[in-house]
Amino acid sequence: MSITMPVPDRATLERRSEIVAALKRIVPDGVIDDTASMAAYESDGLSAYRQLPMVVALPKTVEQVSAILKYCTANNVKVVPRGAGTSLSGGALPLADGVLLGMARFNRILEVDYENRCAVVQPGVTNLAITREVEGKGFYYAPDPSSQIACSIGGNVAENSGGVHCLKYGLTTNNVLGVEMVLADGEVVRFGGRQIEPRGLDLLGLVVGSEGLLGVVTEVIVRILPKPELARALLVGFSDVESAGKCVADVIAAGIIPAGMEMMDRPAIHAAEAFVHVGYPLDVEALLIVELDGPAAECDHLIERVAEIARANAASSLRISTSEEERLAMWAGRKAAFPAVGRISPDYYCMDGTIPRRELPHVLRRMSELSVQYGLGVANVFHAGDGNLHPLVLYDANQPGQLERAEEFGADILRLCVEVGGVLTGEHGVGVEKRDLMPVMFNETDLNQQQRVKCAFDPASLMNPGKVFPTLHRCAELGRMHVHHGRTPRPDLPRF
Amino acid sequence: MMATPPLLEPRDEKDICAAVADVAATGRKLEIVGGGSKRGTGNPARETLPLSTAGLGRVIDYDPAELVLTVEPGVRLAEIETLLAGSNQMLAFEPYDFGAVTGRETGRSTIGGVVGAGFAGSRRVSAGGVRDHLLGFSAVNGRGEAFKAGGRVVKNVTGYDLSKLMAGSWGQLAVLTQMTLKVIPRPLTTRTLVMRGLTAEAAVAAMGLAMRSQAEVAAASHVPSSGGATTTAIRIEGFGPSVEARGKMLASLLSGIGRIETLEASEAEAHWRKVQTASLLAAADRPVLWRICIPPVQGAVILDGIAALDGVGLMDWAGGLVWARTPLQAPAASARKLSEDAGGHAMLVEAPEEVRAAVPALHPEVSAVAALSRRVREAFDPLGLFDPERFGAR
Repeated sequence: MSITMPVPDRATLERRSEIVAALKRIVPDGVIDDTASMAAYESDGLSAYRQLPMVVALPKTVEQVSAILKYCTANNVKVVPRGAGTSLSGGALPLADGVLLGMARFNRILEVDYENRCAVVQPGVTNLAITREVEGKGFYYAPDPSSQIACSIGGNVAENSGGVHCLKYGLTTNNVLGVEMVLADGEVVRFGGRQIEPRGLDLLGLVVGSEGLLGVVTEVIVRILPKPELARALLVGFSDVESAGKCVADVIAAGIIPAGMEMMDRPAIHAAEAFVHVGYPLDVEALLIVELDGPAAECDHLIERVAEIARANAASSLRISTSEEERLAMWAGRKAAFPAVGRISPDYYCMDGTIPRRELPHVLRRMSELSVQYGLGVANVFHAGDGNLHPLVLYDANQPGQLERAEEFGADILRLCVEVGGVLTGEHGVGVEKRDLMPVMFNETDLNQQQRVKCAFDPASLMNPGKVFPTLHRCAELGRMHVHHGRTPRPDLPRF
Repeated sequence: MMATPPLLEPRDEKDICAAVADVAATGRKLEIVGGGSKRGTGNPARETLPLSTAGLGRVIDYDPAELVLTVEPGVRLAEIETLLAGSNQMLAFEPYDFGAVTGRETGRSTIGGVVGAGFAGSRRVSAGGVRDHLLGFSAVNGRGEAFKAGGRVVKNVTGYDLSKLMAGSWGQLAVLTQMTLKVIPRPLTTRTLVMRGLTAEAAVAAMGLAMRSQAEVAAASHVPSSGGATTTAIRIEGFGPSVEARGKMLASLLSGIGRIETLEASEAEAHWRKVQTASLLAAADRPVLWRICIPPVQGAVILDGIAALDGVGLMDWAGGLVWARTPLQAPAASARKLSEDAGGHAMLVEAPEEVRAAVPALHPEVSAVAALSRRVREAFDPLGLFDPERFGAR
């Protein structure tokens, strides 16, 4: 593990048995403190990082969450919230001196309000379970991260999760109407509600994507949408990446916002085809999957438009789905791309930068050069519509030094993303993984401003410390205000 | 009445930092002014120095293929709309020309003011609000520090989403110096279906039915008219064949509720402009203007409640937004309570000075959220230089 976590507080560790006992009084049936059972919680979806927590608490009511946080604040104990543990950035990595607060028992859908087109759910409900609950009435919950069968909506709120359909339907933040949240001091607050626009300062928007650093979400109100009448997809191969990139730009220039627009490069295509055998062309450098959804008349019209644009960009192969079965087969390879790469390489490291789409050919070229430099392969899957890259760096953890090289390679890719005008993470979050790269994108003033916002929620910095921010400042230190004296300003005069 | 204070006219970020440092040192406050169309909102008793954003009026970057636009705050909304229209794109949240809402001079709204107020128009219900389209920004906080947050790409989760806080903050946190907005293609075809004479309750039911259908409704509104008959309008947008098919879908879906007609393009445009600016609500004897956000199904309850206060109102967002005008004698607390009981909130947008002096513009929060909001505000502006008292903060 090449990342430094906050040094465990010895005083807290010495009081462990007392802390465990206190938690057991609050949640008699939901405290895990034996090493063997706690091992299940030692990492999340970023399994390169592991740490046993001091203790695991599994509350099932908001009163218990409030009591735990109140206790932890009073006793200066750190808290790491966890949903389903599928974070790809180490957002739920435990702390040796922290309580791991698992929200899995908050697993009920409380109400579906079809009239107001929303659902009220507990944070431990899985993303897909919401769609399952409402699909009988023709509705669905739009954000669809690849892990949607397992990931929880509370985790989606913490990470502002995306998915292949977010170009058209938005990220989690655009699909959440309200939350109930417990602050570090145990206070229970609500932001947003069933109305469309939040009230006052948009604290709801701030909380979504805050990676468990501002509090613990105990209820979520999500927007549900009528399921589109039809979805159809095209599978288009190109003999060079530039043409594929140009095709994507032309689709958007034609005023078309597809439901999904995914690109894979040659290594990813080959790995996926070898795994799922869905008939992907193997003689191409780039493969696009474009999905259109909506009324049948719209799908049929637009699928022809996109096909024309693809042909105009010298597509070397083109297939259009004529049945739901065929559409799903086209997606099967893309959806299985990560495990497929897992078959050709002992380990892989998934990156998540976003770039302006026009930079794609340049970024892919630079990535090939870096691949040679580091002596490690790379396969690319790419949410082409919104510029979100997922390079998979291939390595073998059993070979000494390869993990470190893979991490350095990954960091170089993310630096490259920022350099061309993009960002460090499009949908996986900063967590511990990209924490130390934050200064590539933000200067100290930017980061201090963000940390001051955290201080407004969590003045003792007990919520998920060690994530997102490379340097932890004490809130008192950040709060100091230096007013420049020593001169006599004349505010009554226009200065400029 | 105090003398009109001089206008600070910074040319760049550095000037703004200096201006903030000055007011911090001298115990004064700033009022951020774009086109000035919203200066009539909030407590009129202000001892502030107006800080104009007119000197920051450049379009920094616009690449239609990337679907993003980066601009400085002083750029006029009209200029941006013309620029985007040149590439068949638009700001999807349908920004307001605030001058038209308040009956003041039109065409003055700046993009900084649009983002600061966070008011989205009729398409809010399908395309999201200002908050959903602000991807990143640069600003100067109340410490006189220039900082940035978010990014210039459409998909980004790096760091806290401070853009959400900035949209609709009414300038209480920082002076925006640059913002990146998501833009989308303009629809090629638009069609507006209307039903006449529905009660508010029937209109909410009809709009709800349309919203729950697969017709992908872009906007839905219900307005009174001078003749007494109401108009309930449902707008669909997109590619020709799709609009055609969805129009038929809606007509058949709503046939049991009332007679459906399709508006001519010019009529439709006039209708939505009136909704957008709430201009059909006569101002003369009802000078208090409210903007009420509620769960959509509560729209009719609010309209009835407003009528009981001798007010008038219209519904947008399929019932989720009510613009209402009430007479002076109608207690403000009643409008607030009405909204709160319906699970929403009411902003006092415009009113005579005596009302604005007594009634906070922003709906007061419950105490725990109010305290937290104050701490968040102070995280940007510890000394209150951006005059949060104007909007009701204490």
